[in-house]
Amino acid sequence: MNTHHPPTMPAQPILEMRRASRVHGEGARTVRALVDADLVLRPGEFVAVMGPSGSGKSTLLHLAGGLDTPTSGQVLVEGTDLARLSVAQRAVLRRRSIGYVFQDFNLLPALTAAENVAFPLELDGWPVRRARRAALAVLAETGVADLADRRPEDMSGGQAQRVAIARALVGPRRLLLADEPTGALDSGTGTEILQVLRDRADRGAAVLMVTHEARFAAWADRTVFLRDGRIVDETGPSDPAELLAEGAR
Amino acid sequence: MSVKHALLALLSWRPSTTYQLRKDFDASTGQAWPLNIGQVSTTLQRLERDGLVVREGGPSDDPAAPGPWRLTDAGREEVTAWWRRPVPRADRGRDELVIKLALAAVVPGVDVADLVQRQRSAIQRTLHDLTRLRRDADPEDLPARLVLSNHIFAAEADLRWLDEVEETLLRARRRPSPARRPGNATRSTPDVPAESTEDVPTRSTA
Repeated sequence: MNTHHPPTMPAQPILEMRRASRVHGEGARTVRALVDADLVLRPGEFVAVMGPSGSGKSTLLHLAGGLDTPTSGQVLVEGTDLARLSVAQRAVLRRRSIGYVFQDFNLLPALTAAENVAFPLELDGWPVRRARRAALAVLAETGVADLADRRPEDMSGGQAQRVAIARALVGPRRLLLADEPTGALDSGTGTEILQVLRDRADRGAAVLMVTHEARFAAWADRTVFLRDGRIVDETGPSDPAELLAEGAR
Repeated sequence: MSVKHALLALLSWRPSTTYQLRKDFDASTGQAWPLNIGQVSTTLQRLERDGLVVREGGPSDDPAAPGPWRLTDAGREEVTAWWRRPVPRADRGRDELVIKLALAAVVPGVDVADLVQRQRSAIQRTLHDLTRLRRDADPEDLPARLVLSNHIFAAEADLRWLDEVEETLLRARRRPSPARRPGNATRSTPDVPAESTEDVPTRSTA
């Protein structure tokens, strides 16, 4: 059954970028890394970002995650304008609302899978047992409950990435930012990871994923194309009549 | 696409009526190429004329008692030969996209970057649809899964080719050569190798 389409009544956006720009340097050395980016992600939406190297993909992801701030425009996460927060407040919002998945997993090698997943909750003041319970639940959802007490060095790439996704989504976080999450994986394992991300979006998370693989981007609801710091195009929803016509050709 | 051979192949599986053949064709091709009953009927009549199929239980022009079609020995030989024969790429038909982009490379005033991006976006959208269809397909429905996979790989190949087109044209445009007309192979800078080492941004493999 196809359950991932956004609901008819648009829900409040989890992420909203309004003409967000990021300029580095001044004068002749000015680099416009991102220019007037408009982007809205609602619960249950999965959006892929594609573009050549240096087109602004990472900048867009960093701004969306509050790791960097726009030089103009706004970035709102769950309705909160990140520019209005202090550095400390932004760190709290990042921890509570946003999860990150990286190409190289970034798991802490000395901790087990469950400890890695529980870690951000413990940082946020959760009691250890409650954090572990939450970690085990989300590890089960990403299909690696049996690895809870294993360390990263004893996991395959695909298993480590599933643990990383669990960590990114543990607790109340509903915005998942993924930077080339399949970059270090073979094609089959990459597809499994996309299945996990798709599943999380179907359950209500908003997912923003940078990738250079069209086949993985195709798991998203739509793809945004960046070029020279600008969003140049976006795949809209398909017209069913057009699809039928294509099939008949 | 050879409807003729597809019908012969289905008949080598079992004798069948015109209606059933159409149904089987749709089911075994994942409904990727819908056929109407008229196409099936006309093709069968041609196959009968060529001695490759016959109708059981009476002449084919007796509408009152249409028996099932079955293969003749010649039909069976034809199917066997078809299975053994690879499909030549040239038989897949003219590709409008290839022709359009080849023309865009030489016709002045065409915004090739825009053209490539529009095409990329359209193919990516199709790829989204195909991926969703394959995800939602019944795991037991092997024909549908295989046909969808074929479309997905073809779409991916087109996207990779578009990346290549974009890079090649970017390079060509940065070269100080006026020669971009059909049949004009003269270059104004013959000392520069065709694949010069200019610093050209590359697409998306980093």
